[in-house]
Amino acid sequence: MARGVDEGTEYLETLPRRLLTLYLPLGLMLFFLFFPFYWMATTTFKPDAELYDYEHFNPFWVAHPTLEHIKKLLFETSYPDWMLNTLIVSVSATTISLFSSVLAAYAVERLRYTGSRYVGMAIFLAYLVPPSILFIPLATMVFKLGLFDSDLALILTYPTFLIPFCTWLLMGYFRTIPYELEECALIDGASRWQILTRITLPLSVPGLISAGIFAFTLSWNEFIYALTFISSSENKTVPVGAITELVEGDVYHWGSLMAAALIGSIPVVILYSFFVEYYVSALTGAVKE
Amino acid sequence: MTVQVQANAAPVHRRRGASRIADGRELLGVSFMIPTGVILLVFLAYPLGLGFWLGVTDTKIGEAGRFVGLANFRSLMHDPVFWLSVFNTTFYTVVASVAKFALGLYLALLLNHRLPFKALIRAFVLLPFVVPTVLSAIAFWWIYDSQFSIISWVLIKLGLIHSYIDFLGQPWNARWSVIVANVWRGIPFVAITLLAGLQTISPSLYEAAMLDGATPWQRFRFVTLPMLSPIIAVVMTFSVLLTFTDFQLIYALTRGGPINATHLMATLSFQRAITGGNLGEGAAIADAMVPFLLAAILFSYFGLQRRRWQQGSRD
Repeated sequence: MARGVDEGTEYLETLPRRLLTLYLPLGLMLFFLFFPFYWMATTTFKPDAELYDYEHFNPFWVAHPTLEHIKKLLFETSYPDWMLNTLIVSVSATTISLFSSVLAAYAVERLRYTGSRYVGMAIFLAYLVPPSILFIPLATMVFKLGLFDSDLALILTYPTFLIPFCTWLLMGYFRTIPYELEECALIDGASRWQILTRITLPLSVPGLISAGIFAFTLSWNEFIYALTFISSSENKTVPVGAITELVEGDVYHWGSLMAAALIGSIPVVILYSFFVEYYVSALTGAVKE
Repeated sequence: MTVQVQANAAPVHRRRGASRIADGRELLGVSFMIPTGVILLVFLAYPLGLGFWLGVTDTKIGEAGRFVGLANFRSLMHDPVFWLSVFNTTFYTVVASVAKFALGLYLALLLNHRLPFKALIRAFVLLPFVVPTVLSAIAFWWIYDSQFSIISWVLIKLGLIHSYIDFLGQPWNARWSVIVANVWRGIPFVAITLLAGLQTISPSLYEAAMLDGATPWQRFRFVTLPMLSPIIAVVMTFSVLLTFTDFQLIYALTRGGPINATHLMATLSFQRAITGGNLGEGAAIADAMVPFLLAAILFSYFGLQRRRWQQGSRD
């Protein structure tokens, strides 16, 4: 962790002043950022009687925790199917994207074939094309290819936003690996493929993890393609299923909805908690040139 | 064999052109590009072009379209709902981006102090960004419920209001509510990336400024901001891009209602194209977003240029 702004002069600040200018606003900000999760979690474990009765129960606390909502979600809806679909789609799309990106990034950054600079530029531009303007033409393509309502439709379209991101990130990462290492290997008679698999990739494991978990989270969170290309209930992903299937008419089962939100977030949060540093470096690497 | 010996014997500066192809770099480079190239050309470049083509046809779901010229765009010109969505998108993007920037920068500055459990706090700050947008939007949906909103309940208990607020049922309430949810999700991204930028600023600059008698505001205005401006340009371009093309938050919270008050261009194009079946018209709305995106990309590009120039790189 780098040094803070005022580290050298921080001793000049008195405690009351720090309380007012630092801890208080930081506390408020963290409260704002954290409250929805707290609310999600308490709602999940509240029985219906408490959920809709603010007079007799303090809404901020769970008096009689219950697993009723989670049970209903797991055994009376297609939720487990959605989890499995999301997992299959995310893992496949991430794998395809990582494989393609490693090769592309290595070619652009290290093989430096003719025109590689322009290809690098094009990949950056591809990274800026939002799904919101692609989903309509993609929907017609998915229809024509007969992929509508299948996992494959998502596995093939998710790489359109994952590959540019991963390639961009890995290009930045490969640039930090000393060129001399590759030259040494070349002199020792290694082929390009050996250099990539024996030298460059082992050295870029942190970059690969960053790109991988970020790509996984992006696919887990994807919504508009999954909403457009999937129609039958059991083929949906968690975000789409939660928003389209759990509401029956005008009846909102808030307990199960919150349970769906909470459980659907857990896989990415667990992954994130193990790899916070990698995630942050993917995030900051994504905005670096 | 002979060829190899000759190539090895050739002076270093002549190892270009023909022998470069011989050592397989060009061929290998192109073959390494195949997976990425195929996927991006088929599923990104082609649909991008197809989108423009669909915009000038009257294609409907299950029905091939005919070329109709600019008819879709002409009818959109006289469509009050389309113009309302343009207004909503602009309002949503401007207000949410300004708020995300201000609060995100503030949070980054706070996190840049020496703090106990700093790594842990930083990990928690990023959570709203990690959790799937739609799932956190469901939490906001519940927080904004017209009968059981916790916000209304607290405000009534505090005696500030007398009846429950209809957050998502009134046009302006709904607009502000979705903006708050968007800002909530966007702050972590801005804060964490700007924090990374802040940490690269040398503390000696601040010490020098303090010795010269600069006030905290002056230190922020004349040291922090100029040092941070390249990364601010990039971060805000991304943030504007994502906000302008936002879809999921609106779809989850309001689906564009009440009476189209929160329809963004993306949600309107989904409604017309997929729900309504008019693919051509929906594609035309999506196309109408492109000029703005191009402006954002150019902005980003020049932001990057400036950054390179500051680093003294020739590239």
